Amino acid sequence: MADIDEIDTSNLAYGRTEWDDHHHLPTNTGLTNEKVTMWAFLGSDCLLFGALISTYLLLRNRVGPATSGPTAADLFDIPFTSVSSFVLLMSSLTMVLAVTSIQRAEMDRCKLWLLTTAALGSIFIAGQVYEFTSFYREGLGFTTNISSSAFYTLTGFHGVHVSLGIVMLVTMWVLVSGGQIGPERAETIEIIGLYWHFVDIVWIVIFAVVYLIP
Amino acid sequence: MNTVAVSEEETHEEHHDHGLSDVGYIKVALILAVLTAVEVATYFWDFGVVEVPSLLILMVVKFQIVVSYFMHLKFDSKVFSYLFVTGVILAMLVFAAMGTSLAFWQNPSGCDISAFC
Amino acid sequence: MAITEERPEILELESGDTSFSTGAFARPTNASGWRAWFFTVDHKKIGIMYGAVAMFWFLWGGVEALLIRAQLFTPNGTVLTAEQYNQIFTMHGTTMVFLVIMPLAAAFANYIVPLQIGARDVAFPRMNALGLWLFVFGGIFLNLSWFLGGGPDGGWFAYAPNTGVTFSPGAGMDFYALGLQIAGIASLVGAINLIVTVLNMRAPGMTMLRMPVFTWMILVVQFLLLFALPVITVALILLSFDRTFDANFFNVAMGADPLLWQHLFWIFGHPEVYILILPSFGIVSETLPVFSRKPLFGYSVIVISGAAIGFMGWGVWAHHMFVSGLGPVGVAAFSATTMFIAVPTGVKILNWIATMWGGNLRFTVPMMFSISLVSMFTIGGLSGVMHSVAPADTQQTDTYFIVAHFHYVLFGGALMGLFAGMYYWWPKAFGYKLSESLGKWHFWILLVGFNMTFGPMHIVGLQGMARRHSRYGPEDGFDFWNAVVTIGAFVILIGMIVFAVNIVRSWLGYKAGTIPQEPADPWDARTIEWAIPCPTPEHNFDYVPVITDIDDFWHKKYQPDENGKLRKIADGNEIAQKGDQSPHLPSPSYWPIVLAAGLPLIALGLIYNLWVSGIGLVLLLGAMFGWSLEPATDPNAGHDDHGDDHDPDTNAPDGDEGGDAEVAEEAPVG
Repeated sequence: MADIDEIDTSNLAYGRTEWDDHHHLPTNTGLTNEKVTMWAFLGSDCLLFGALISTYLLLRNRVGPATSGPTAADLFDIPFTSVSSFVLLMSSLTMVLAVTSIQRAEMDRCKLWLLTTAALGSIFIAGQVYEFTSFYREGLGFTTNISSSAFYTLTGFHGVHVSLGIVMLVTMWVLVSGGQIGPERAETIEIIGLYWHFVDIVWIVIFAVVYLIP
Repeated sequence: MNTVAVSEEETHEEHHDHGLSDVGYIKVALILAVLTAVEVATYFWDFGVVEVPSLLILMVVKFQIVVSYFMHLKFDSKVFSYLFVTGVILAMLVFAAMGTSLAFWQNPSGCDISAFC
Repeated sequence: MAITEERPEILELESGDTSFSTGAFARPTNASGWRAWFFTVDHKKIGIMYGAVAMFWFLWGGVEALLIRAQLFTPNGTVLTAEQYNQIFTMHGTTMVFLVIMPLAAAFANYIVPLQIGARDVAFPRMNALGLWLFVFGGIFLNLSWFLGGGPDGGWFAYAPNTGVTFSPGAGMDFYALGLQIAGIASLVGAINLIVTVLNMRAPGMTMLRMPVFTWMILVVQFLLLFALPVITVALILLSFDRTFDANFFNVAMGADPLLWQHLFWIFGHPEVYILILPSFGIVSETLPVFSRKPLFGYSVIVISGAAIGFMGWGVWAHHMFVSGLGPVGVAAFSATTMFIAVPTGVKILNWIATMWGGNLRFTVPMMFSISLVSMFTIGGLSGVMHSVAPADTQQTDTYFIVAHFHYVLFGGALMGLFAGMYYWWPKAFGYKLSESLGKWHFWILLVGFNMTFGPMHIVGLQGMARRHSRYGPEDGFDFWNAVVTIGAFVILIGMIVFAVNIVRSWLGYKAGTIPQEPADPWDARTIEWAIPCPTPEHNFDYVPVITDIDDFWHKKYQPDENGKLRKIADGNEIAQKGDQSPHLPSPSYWPIVLAAGLPLIALGLIYNLWVSGIGLVLLLGAMFGWSLEPATDPNAGHDDHGDDHDPDTNAPDGDEGGDAEVAEEAPVG
């Protein structure tokens, strides 16, 4: 037990009351509860998309006696998806600019970048809707075969994540415009930004392993 | 999970370093754009055997750049890195094991990789 | 002489202006009646409700178990039809795992963890309430299936494609998939909340390696939930899409691989096993030192082995699938990992034994339940290690030997530990002890009944009796032991009736004044939840406790003298806080229960009519809207409608902890 006591005494200076002299935040880690929450949630979401992506990879070429119709990969329009992927990637840049501008208390710029990010996200979603409808017209419905079910579920879940992000961004835009969120609450925007970047990196993975790798 | 014990030490750091300047972020985005262009180029030209590995490497690099710079993990508390990286690594290991198990191991006579191709 | 004398820092906040002007909706203010429970955000009330609801489901899961045993009492039993039997054993497993043991652990986690770390509440009190109500509605939704065409019938593991529409045409499996989805969201919300609470809200001096072991184990469990739940979420989504929208994930005619479900389920399912058992490990790590009057042997080793179990629990899932055609490589790899994971578990068992060794043992009821966990879990653990030997496992799979094994770990392990926790913390929650004499009757009857029920299953299992079969023939030779098992099950029922009588009689006695109110520290305990009065005052701690040791409260009471002998220097009840402060607390809220009510409606609509889903969705969105526009009544946080009082300008300069309880209930994800 002696060695444990040693570990403990080395940390004696540690404590919330000591902290307040040096830190703004009265938490043990010095990090806000909300930001820890978001990162924990994102860590958890990795497993969600991990499961969905591996399901797609396992099922994309499966055939059985009843299989018919094209696979999702047969219909990919890579140039088109490349453009929408690029749009989503650049929305991460505008998101970062929204965060840095609110940190500098430049509220008008922050609003502009928030709206730009939401708009880029909407373009991505519009692209996805177009992609889905064109696939459907080419004979690939959700129930057509096993690869179509897996493909629509995976990309659909990502699309839902992006859409939720757009709702959050627009809400943030409203709150910043109304003055409920000022520079002192820049972290709220930063946390929304973390979520937004996360859906972006998920798409980086999906774009590479689902679309590009033959 | 025992990573959180280590996190105590990180708490003494001040986190006023908010990453790059706006210009810096734009440069990062340009790098990402170039990497994406290289990725897409694999669709138009045949890169042979290096195609799949290079796509995977590009994917990892892009992932890393967005997480480190745009999501500030490079500048932020290690607690966040532990939470997120635990999720990423766990997902990779577990689903790699599941995938290989379903795709290769089930066939005792040899490797049947048809499920992955 | 107070535990807090080093830092007598008053927690009370200025109870000043509580203007609601910025909020769109007022918050409920009732302090009594049913509203005080339905709209509460107090972690203690939420914990008690988790426990009460879980005990209700325990009753129901027990009835299901007795129906199973009544059916198997004699060969060719006629109590249930085969279809009913399938539904009953499916729901018995599902109920006991998801609606009993997990929420009972959540009950203790909610009630005890903030007290053990010296916090006012959890990080997000409203999210905590949301988790509770999602669990309540998820459980009700799951059991609605009984009234709407029959329960789920595919086993609690729901192997696809057996659970697809073809083989399970009723709506039962839809209720299973969607009900577990709701309960899963509840657990995820709770897990994130508790992780943030433990990481961020410990009292000064409470480093990670000074945290009580129970809190440590709960932390490990919450990480397991955090990372395991998304996997079952995906599996259930695939199943739901197959059943509801005709997707093809498990459609073998389309080339599906049935093992996909098994992998996804057990990637969740094996961490789930540790989610069920680790809270009980934490509980006995608290009770054994208290009733042995010795420090826990190898605190750091216990903590590290708990975390190691958490990590290694991710690498063993396929041992549930040894007979599924996994292939020799997979079987060998998962055999090896399964053998390894026995090591940290064995380390814990040895540590507990060493804790008791040479101790001044007090055989109170919680101690007896704790010792029965150590012994009964060891039996279950040993039969578990047998399963890591794949050839043996092949023989035992789908027999009653497996049933015996997991009941020894889950009943003999998890439930015994939870009972120990109930008897141990009952005075902290309700102010009086449960009767020790009735408690001992409860314990012994339960222990005998438990071994009568599950011991013989080893024998019939090795003789080849298959599980999940509604009948066995008279020529099989299983009748004698099955009769014993069924009698044992009813002995367990008697034990549980004694427990119910104990609860009622102790409560009546407490009301009548014949059973005394307990002082703060009735057990001469070691951790700081005993440094506040029994029952816990609404605000938990009067002063921020400052922690200088593992088992801090014990060290405030006992110090070694010059000869190194332990001397009592203070009485726990005297140095405990008085609970006479009345600081400001987070206000109750209507929205968690309203928001939670939206999800079962959405789920019902997915099964029957999408319009119902629409109503649920409106309710859900409306509740989110109300949630985010709700005023924070904390005067410190009242400066805007988002309840964020991390704002450096408005944060009280004395570093008050009261802020933590209210710390920005506004979750960015609603």
